[in-house]
Amino acid sequence: MAIVSVGPLGNHAIGPFRIRIETDGENVRSGHPEVGLLHRGIEKIAERMTWAGFVPYTDRVDYVSSVHGNLAYALAVERLAGIEVPERASRIRVIATELGRIGSHLLALGAMADVLGHRTFFMFALRERERANNLFEMLAGARLTHSYARIGGVAFDITEGFVEKTREFLEYIETKIPEYSDLLFGGDLFRERLSGLAPVSSPLAIQAGLTGPNLRASGLKRDVRKDDPYCGYERLDFGVPVGAGESGTQGDALDRVRVRLREISESSDIVRQALKGIPEGSFQSPIPRLFRAPEGEACASVESPRGTLSVYVRSSGGRGPRRVRFRAPSFSVLSLFPGILTGAQLSDVAAIVSSFDVCASEVDR
Amino acid sequence: MTRKRYEMGILENALPEYAVFSRLDRLISWARENSIAYLTMDLACCGVEMLQVSGGRFDIERFGSVPQVSPRHADLMIVAGTITYKMAPLLRRLYGEMPLPKYVLSMGSCSNCGGLFSWEYSYSSVSGADKIIPVDVFVPGCPPRPEAVLHGLLALRKRIASRHAAVREEAPGEWGKERAVK
Ligand code: SF4
Repeated sequence: MAIVSVGPLGNHAIGPFRIRIETDGENVRSGHPEVGLLHRGIEKIAERMTWAGFVPYTDRVDYVSSVHGNLAYALAVERLAGIEVPERASRIRVIATELGRIGSHLLALGAMADVLGHRTFFMFALRERERANNLFEMLAGARLTHSYARIGGVAFDITEGFVEKTREFLEYIETKIPEYSDLLFGGDLFRERLSGLAPVSSPLAIQAGLTGPNLRASGLKRDVRKDDPYCGYERLDFGVPVGAGESGTQGDALDRVRVRLREISESSDIVRQALKGIPEGSFQSPIPRLFRAPEGEACASVESPRGTLSVYVRSSGGRGPRRVRFRAPSFSVLSLFPGILTGAQLSDVAAIVSSFDVCASEVDR
Repeated sequence: MTRKRYEMGILENALPEYAVFSRLDRLISWARENSIAYLTMDLACCGVEMLQVSGGRFDIERFGSVPQVSPRHADLMIVAGTITYKMAPLLRRLYGEMPLPKYVLSMGSCSNCGGLFSWEYSYSSVSGADKIIPVDVFVPGCPPRPEAVLHGLLALRKRIASRHAAVREEAPGEWGKERAVK
């Protein structure tokens, strides 16, 4: 028996994430995820920040698509303080979050391809993500950590030319999706390596508390945007792709990858609808400079690219939160690993972990 | 221009075109600065931007730099992200495993000085990579733009060119022992 460490660096997860593996020849006897390499104490920092001052930290919870963290926090605080968000702001939030989702899924697919040695697609994914980053730059002035959704609305109104540029991007990405589908699933590389790899049945997925694309890959149609709509998602028409196990078992790694690729096209569909007729009005409801939320507690969830991101805030009536807690989707994935890695091949470990799209920062916060 | 910068010269008509004269340390640093393989210390948010630097748009490979995941094959360590107390010993160890000559580029506020997660705010992160390893170049930003990282790389290349490369570099040795992580 030997102990092999997968990580902390590498492309199997985003950020430092280590898995300690006890091997038996080429087979894995057991695998233990090791968390805390990126524990930055974000929840503790919240206790000494003002309500608005904490927004930049919510970027860093899930930095691949930081606008989802902002939005979850903003929704929770708005719920707590009873702030009405203007229609226009909600619509802009939808556009921003779906663009963030496209970017995040592209990175997830690219990292998966990189783990399997498909450098070409990795480079393609980075190229496409660059375009999404450009749009964010137009919108918020930052590429990655943009603190865009603020309490009561969004930070800035959409800029001139943003709508046209976004349409251009959507057109571009929609022509690219069939090509990528061919590139990934047409060849043998993904099919042979991933089909039937680490299948998660739907009872197991529920038991482990999976959410998001990982859960939908097991065939369950759960999506916060449908089940508990926020920001006017109920008025938008979109599908929720689920894994059907076309080639292999339902809920295997290939299904998880396939669901992500389909979600990109769903997201681009949502953005297209949202761009049509953005309501007029203000993009931010007036919030006093020294904002104090009333005493109480509130919770809000959003559908982040990795699953349901929930935020709980408690206030004691002061200028800042008393407690902020994030329930991150990647964390519940970890409970699967000891079981799912047992008996796998050592060379498959990185592929299995990568197919769940774990973000270390979300796990550790 | 390149020849001038490295003080390389040619003897007109005396020797074929491809015969170039230079000083040994200029030649060595010319070779070094044009083939920097960097170890991707993808520690947090800045790591995503570091990925983008190697992507098609910014294309760090045109400067002869390639990402590298093994410290044994790396010349430069790009520390991209927050260094937590749990990660700090690993960072030290990876730095120690890199062969000489080795350089460190600190990317982003977190590894420059702690940034959003400096000791004033966070109880679990080191306020800067320079507290635990020697740093050659600091790139500010949270996260820095990829262009800024490229600029940092160019600054590092200048620094390499200005060193006397033929003189054997000393190992940093016990550097930082007294500045160990508290
Ligand atoms: S400097 Fe900013 S973007 Fe970079 S790791 Fe630190 S918090 Fe993240």
